[in-house]
Amino acid sequence: MTMLIADWQWGYDGWIIVITSLVAMTCAIPGSLLLVRRQSMLGDAVSHAVLPGIAIGFLVSGTRDGGWMLAGAIVAGLATGMLTQFLRGLGGVDRGAALGVVFTTLFALGLVLIVQVADSVDLDPSCVLYGQVELAPLDVVVWSGIEMPRAVPWLLGVLVVTFLIVQVLWKELLVASFDPATAAAQGARPNLMQQVLMVLVAAGCVVAFEAVGSILVVSLLVAPAAAARLVTNRLRPMMLVAMLIGIVAAIGGHLSALTVPGWLALETTDVSTSGATAVFATFLVVLAVLASPQQGLFFGVFYRLAFRFRIAEEDLLGVLYRREVESRGLGQSTGVHLSELGGGGPGLAFRGIMRFAAIRLRWRRFVTQSGLIPHPDQIQLTDAGRSRATVLIRRHRLWELYLAGAAAIPVDHLHATAMDLEHLANPELLASLEAEAAKGERDPHGRVIPRD
Amino acid sequence: MPVHHRHRNPPIGPEHDPHAAMSIHDVTVAYHRRPVLWDLDLDIPRGVLAAVVGPNGAGKSTMIKACLDLVPRVSGSIRLLGDEIAAVRGRIGYVPQRETVDWDFPVSALDVVCMGLYRKIGWFRPVRRRHRDAAMEALDRVGLADFADRQISRLSGGQQQRVFLARALVQDADLYFMDEPFASVDAATEQAILEVLRSLRDSGRTVIVVHHDLQTTRDYFDWLVLLNTRLVAAGRIEETWTQENLRATYGGRLTLLEAAGWAMGTAGSGQIRP
Repeated sequence: MTMLIADWQWGYDGWIIVITSLVAMTCAIPGSLLLVRRQSMLGDAVSHAVLPGIAIGFLVSGTRDGGWMLAGAIVAGLATGMLTQFLRGLGGVDRGAALGVVFTTLFALGLVLIVQVADSVDLDPSCVLYGQVELAPLDVVVWSGIEMPRAVPWLLGVLVVTFLIVQVLWKELLVASFDPATAAAQGARPNLMQQVLMVLVAAGCVVAFEAVGSILVVSLLVAPAAAARLVTNRLRPMMLVAMLIGIVAAIGGHLSALTVPGWLALETTDVSTSGATAVFATFLVVLAVLASPQQGLFFGVFYRLAFRFRIAEEDLLGVLYRREVESRGLGQSTGVHLSELGGGGPGLAFRGIMRFAAIRLRWRRFVTQSGLIPHPDQIQLTDAGRSRATVLIRRHRLWELYLAGAAAIPVDHLHATAMDLEHLANPELLASLEAEAAKGERDPHGRVIPRD
Repeated sequence: MPVHHRHRNPPIGPEHDPHAAMSIHDVTVAYHRRPVLWDLDLDIPRGVLAAVVGPNGAGKSTMIKACLDLVPRVSGSIRLLGDEIAAVRGRIGYVPQRETVDWDFPVSALDVVCMGLYRKIGWFRPVRRRHRDAAMEALDRVGLADFADRQISRLSGGQQQRVFLARALVQDADLYFMDEPFASVDAATEQAILEVLRSLRDSGRTVIVVHHDLQTTRDYFDWLVLLNTRLVAAGRIEETWTQENLRATYGGRLTLLEAAGWAMGTAGSGQIRP
């Protein structure tokens, strides 16, 4: 680390990463709940709406002491929810519109207040908006014998409390988020849970405001949760993964803030960790989109390719099996030369895939080289290969039997469709297909359906 | 937001039958001051499998939601199992319409079924092994034991409906409200659900079902409520299933009443009842 970045200092840069990580973890918890409730933009609204609360906290205490700001922000967060409900209750105002009106008004009020108090309190409006994590390590306290930034014990406290609240109210938050009507029917108070969530979001916004400012906090509320949702499908692991992703964003954000301007040959000594962290968090979302096991682009391409190669292997086994049956008793060679395949049509890609399939089949000892002059392209089935091919041929003919019978597809159309279907290896599907076997010993072309 | 009424009347007045599973007296429900259910008087006895039938917008779901205190009512009183709703919540099971929830939510089928036990488990307490076992049993009863760990978006519509049913079963309630449990499920699932509902009825529970399919109503249910913004008829199905009643339910709206409802919704006055 020290090697890579010239002016890296553990006592300074290390603390910046710790602070940003704590913030990101605290935000990831309510952020995950917001995401699964499809209320992510509520996080945006609350992050803006807490501003007057923070400003009033300043005004009352006269310091940047966290407790007052937290209290003010929580009140403002709750007020956002209630004012929005009130506007909707007046009738005719759409939920989104009501929220939009409320949070921008509160944000504007907060701006006015902050500019007013900025003269009397040591507070810079731009720090409130864009964060000032670079200054945080300079303001130190000694806590249990270790000198650390004043923000750290404070952030740690909020993180622990947030975690505990979600842990204790887990069931109630879960059912209120998934099915509020049933929750209410059971007396689980979904509206109260919504308020609890608002408090957690507001708390996250206050702690984040120190690190990334009140505008970028929404990226820490939304991005780690969105990335985590793509790679998990349970809420609890999702929350933990979101916290981890938050830490990665904090580390990656600060490192790229230090290094990227240098790569771009920008002549600047200023770094914006908050901006870089938000960008890095988005980068992680993109990564999750690509790598998600369920809907990811990377795995999608990978599975399609793998499937294509499997089809090639199975087709090759099928060709070898049919050749054996045809040549039985004719004294011909039972092998196949790869150049015989494809009829010259499909071209280079097809031959490449077939050659690769042949190599894989030899590797798995399903085929061996054959012929007078052994050549890797001249192959025939082994015993293991023959029993594997029997399974596939059986599947093919069972499909033909089914298609001709139940689906009433003309006999001359059967083969091509069955060629596609025989590669499906879904166990439930195969079990149902086996049930078709009771209907006959021969396929619609009159060929015996082999037993495996 | 549900409104929690402060009932001034005694727990059960003379207008309610204490032996009824559900007793509705003079209930009117309005959305934004526009009444959607008018002057409903209705008793359903215990131990029946009852269908609530009527055209779209007849107030069928609204009636159920009013019973559960999920929508505010303008007037009237409701008793479930002879008591106030708040006192018997633990004995009431509810199956909402399938489309009311987000099936992409990151939970498993078993997690959803466990939600039926949350009230029994109580606030602040975690779901334990024995609760999961009970939920597993309920999933088994609806034929979904093999799907317990599946994320709910990877279930078919019929399976999702059965997960909801299992969640209600695990509650072990005395009175069930089900909002269209047969909506868009295949024939096999429909039979499986019907079997579960009948076994509930046969063990003495009351099941009140919002139903859409007139073809099957006569065969499936033993009690019938015909609703079209006001009560058309209610009673044993043999007695209420008549051409005349059905025509009164489906044949044309009470246009004057409906127009009056819209007028109330748009009128500026705070006066709700005429």
